[in-house]
Amino acid sequence: MQLLPLLAALAGGLLIGAAALGLLALSGRVAGVSGIVGGLIPPRRGDIDWRLAYLAGLLLGGVLLHLAYGLPTSIPGSRITLIVSGLLVGFGTRLGNGCTSGHGVCGLGRGSPRSFAAVLTFMAVAFITVFVSRHILGGAP
Amino acid sequence: MRPVLIALVCGLVFALGLGLSGMVNPARVLGFLDLTGDWEPNLMFVLGGAVGVYALGARHVLAWPRPWDGLTFQLPSRRSLDHRLLLGAAMFGAGWGLSGLCPGPALVDLAGGGADIWLFVAAMLGGMALFSAFNRVMPAR
Repeated sequence: MQLLPLLAALAGGLLIGAAALGLLALSGRVAGVSGIVGGLIPPRRGDIDWRLAYLAGLLLGGVLLHLAYGLPTSIPGSRITLIVSGLLVGFGTRLGNGCTSGHGVCGLGRGSPRSFAAVLTFMAVAFITVFVSRHILGGAP
Repeated sequence: MRPVLIALVCGLVFALGLGLSGMVNPARVLGFLDLTGDWEPNLMFVLGGAVGVYALGARHVLAWPRPWDGLTFQLPSRRSLDHRLLLGAAMFGAGWGLSGLCPGPALVDLAGGGADIWLFVAAMLGGMALFSAFNRVMPAR
C-alpha cells in the first residue's frame, strides 16, 4: 500500500464532492450520472440542454485526462461479459434510481435512507460478484 | 445559457476528480471490490472525501431558499424502500463487479477511444433504453 495513490484518491474524492456540491448549490440538481444520462433516454422537451452539457463536461474532462495521463482502453474478460455488465449497469441504475454518484455521493451526503440501502446493496453484490468471478470461476484476472 | 454552463463546468470538474482519484481505472476499482484478493483501500478514500465534502456543504446549501440559478432544489421525494430500489441496486452491483465500470467513469473513459469502453457504454445505454420500455409497460406506483 503506497501513500501517494491514497492521497490522490482522497484529493480526487474531494474534487468529486465539490463538483457534485457545485451542481446542487448552483442549479439545485443531484449530480447522479445515471440519472442525468438516463433522462435523455428518451429526451424530454425543455430538459435536454443541461443534461447534454453535463455529458459534454464529462467527455471534455476525459479528453484532458487522456492527453495528460492516458485513460485505460481495454477491459479484461470477454466481450460477452462486458455487454452483460453494461446492460446490468444501465438497467439497474435506472430501476434503482441511481449509481455510485447519485446514491453513493449525493444520497449518502444528504443522509438519504434509500441511498444507504442502495449503496449497501450494490456494494455487497459487487463484492460477491468479484469474489465469484475471480476466486470461484477464476474468469477475470 | 447559465444552466448549460454550470452543468458543463460541474461535469468537467467531476470528470477530473474521477481521473485524479483513480476511479477511471476499472482495474483499481476491481482491486477494491476484491476483498479476499490483494485488497486496495483506495475507493474508501474516494468515497470518504466525496461524501464528506458533499455532506458538509449540502447542510448549508439546502438551508438556502433556492439554488443560485434556479427556483427550487430538485431532490428525490420518495423516502421508503421498495423492491425496485433494491433489485435495481443489486443488478447495478452485479454489472459493476463484472467490469469495474460504473456510469461516470465509463463515460469519461470514452475519451481513451478503447473499443471495450465504447462497447460497454453502448450496452449501458441499451440497458437504459430497455428500462424506459419496461417502465412504460410497468410504471412505478
